[in-house]
Amino acid sequence: MELLGFQLPTYGWSTILGSAISGVFLGAIYALVALGLTLIYGVLHIINFAHGALLMLAMYAVYFLWHLGGVDPYLAMLIVVPGGFVFGYCLQRGVIGKTSHGRDEIILLVTLGVAIVIENAALFLFSADERNVQVPYDLDGIDLGVTYVVWTDLAALAGSLLITLALWLFMVRTDTGKAIRAVAKERQGARLVGINVDHIFAISFGIGTACVAAAASLLAPTYAVYPQFGYLFVLIAFTVVVLGGMGSFVGALVGGFVIGITEQLGRLYLGESLGLITISAIFILILLFRPTGLFGQKA
Amino acid sequence: MLEIRALEAGYGSVRVLHGVDLDVGEGEIVALLGSNGAGKSTLNNTLSGIIRPLGGAIRFDGRDVTGATSVKMVDLGVIQVPEGRRIFPNLTVRENLELGSYRRGREGRAAGIERVVAVFPRLSERFGQFAGTLSGGEQQMLAIGRGLMAQPKLLILDEPSLGLSPLLVEEMFSLIRDLHGEGLSILLVEQNVFQSLEIADRAYVLENGLIALQGPAEELVEDEGLKKSYLGM
Ligand SMILES: Nc1ncnc2c1ncn2[C@@H]1O[C@H](COP(=O)(O)OP(=O)(O)O)[C@@H](O)[C@H]1O
Ligand SMILES: [Mg+2]
Repeated sequence: MELLGFQLPTYGWSTILGSAISGVFLGAIYALVALGLTLIYGVLHIINFAHGALLMLAMYAVYFLWHLGGVDPYLAMLIVVPGGFVFGYCLQRGVIGKTSHGRDEIILLVTLGVAIVIENAALFLFSADERNVQVPYDLDGIDLGVTYVVWTDLAALAGSLLITLALWLFMVRTDTGKAIRAVAKERQGARLVGINVDHIFAISFGIGTACVAAAASLLAPTYAVYPQFGYLFVLIAFTVVVLGGMGSFVGALVGGFVIGITEQLGRLYLGESLGLITISAIFILILLFRPTGLFGQKA
Repeated sequence: MLEIRALEAGYGSVRVLHGVDLDVGEGEIVALLGSNGAGKSTLNNTLSGIIRPLGGAIRFDGRDVTGATSVKMVDLGVIQVPEGRRIFPNLTVRENLELGSYRRGREGRAAGIERVVAVFPRLSERFGQFAGTLSGGEQQMLAIGRGLMAQPKLLILDEPSLGLSPLLVEEMFSLIRDLHGEGLSILLVEQNVFQSLEIADRAYVLENGLIALQGPAEELVEDEGLKKSYLGM
C-alpha cells in the first residue's frame, strides 16, 4: 500500500481487525476521560487544564491503595470515585470558584495553576519513577480468533459504557441532573427557580473528577503511573471532545472510539511513535471542516 | 407583605436605584411602570436575590430579607418570571416545569403540572418538545407556568407582554387578572401603562432609579404628568 509516496506495510485482515479491536478498548478509556472534560466544559464553559493532573493523582491513589493496602484496582473504584467527587467538589468550590470570581479567563488560569501544583507535588512526594500495579490476572483473557483480548481491556470497555449510561440516566432522571443541564444553558433562569449555581458548578466539577478517578481504576492494571502521566491522555481526550462536539455526551463516547481506533491503526501502519500523528491530523481536520464537532451544537 | 425601604442597588460602581420605597400588600396587584432603563428589572433582581442591595431594607412577610440569596427568596415564595423569559431551551417543556418546583420537592409536582395545564392547555401538547423550539408566546406561557410551579406567594412579572401579538397581550392581561382572582399577590412590571393600570390596585412610576409617582391605579390614570410622559396625550 502506498500513501503520499510512502510505502506502508501490508497486513492481513485479522491483524487490522485485531488492531481496531484494541483501539475500541483504548477508546473506551479516552471516552471516559473526555466525558469528565466535556461535562465540565458544558456547564462551566471552561477547559479544565487540571483534568490530566487529577487523572494522575487518581492513578497514584489506586496505586497506593494496592501497594500499601493490597486493594484490587477495580475494588479501589469504590474509594477513588467518591473520593474524586469530593476532591473535585471542594477544588471548585474552595479554590477555583473562590479565586476566579466567575471570570472565565481567570478560571482557565486557575485550573492551569492547580495542574502545575498537583504535578510538582507529585514529583516531590512520589519522585519521577514509574510505578505500576501488578494484578495476578493481567494477562488472562479470551481468544477471539482474530485477536486475544485480556479481561482488563474488556473491563475497561464495560466500565466505561456502564459509567456513561449511569451518568446519562442521572442527567435526565434526577433533579440535580436537570439542574446541571439548566445551569449549562441558562444561569439566570436557574437562579430564579432557586438552583444554587455555585453548588451545581462544584457538583459538575466533582462528577468530572469522579469520571477521571473511574478511568484511573480501569487504567491501573495496564498502565504505569508517573507525575506527567496525565498529559498525553488529556491531550487525546481534548481531541475527543473537539471531535465529538464540546459538551456532548454521545460525542465523547463516539469520539473516544474513533480516536482509539485511529490511534491503534496509526501505530500499526506508521509505527509506535509516529502513530499518534493521526490524532493530531484528525484534530486539525475537524477544526478546519467541522469546528462544532460531530455532535456539537452551534454556539 | 413586601416592604421595600430606601433601596439602593446597581452594578459594580454604577448605582441604578437611589432609594426606592415600595409596598405590595397581601392579595394586591401592584404595577411598576417606567420607561426603558429606569431600573425596574434591577429592582426585581434585587428582590429575587440575584443582585445584592447596596443600601436600604427589604422585608417580606414580616421578615428581614435584605441581601438574602435567590435560593432563600424562592423558598419564601418570592418568584420572578423574568424579562426575556429565561426558560431552559435545552430542556423539554415538562422538565422546565419540573425545575420550577426544584425547591418544592416532588410531592406536589404532579398536581402543580395539572394546574399549569389547566391554565395553559396549549403547553400540554408540547410537553416532550425542547423549550427552545417553542414560539415566543408559548415560551412566555412556559415561563409563567414554571413560576407557578414554585407555588408563589408573591409573583413578580417582568414585562410579560413584551413581544407578544396584540391578541396574546389581551390573553396575558386576563390571565394576570385570573391569577389575582385566586388570591395571588402580584408585582407587575409593564410598559403597557393603560392596561396595567386597568387591572392594578396601585401603581408606582420609577424614573431614573427613584419613585416619581405613586397612588391608586384609578387616580394615576387621571394624572396629567403620567399622561404626558407615557401616553403621549
Ligand atoms: N447587568 C448589567 N450590568 C450593568 N448595567 C446594567 C445591567 N443591567 C442593567 N443595567 C443598567 O441599569 C439601568 C437600569 O436597567 P434595568 O433595570 O434593566 O431597567 P428597566 O428594566 O427599567 O428597563 C440601565 O441603565 C441599564 O443599562
Ligand atoms: Mg427591564
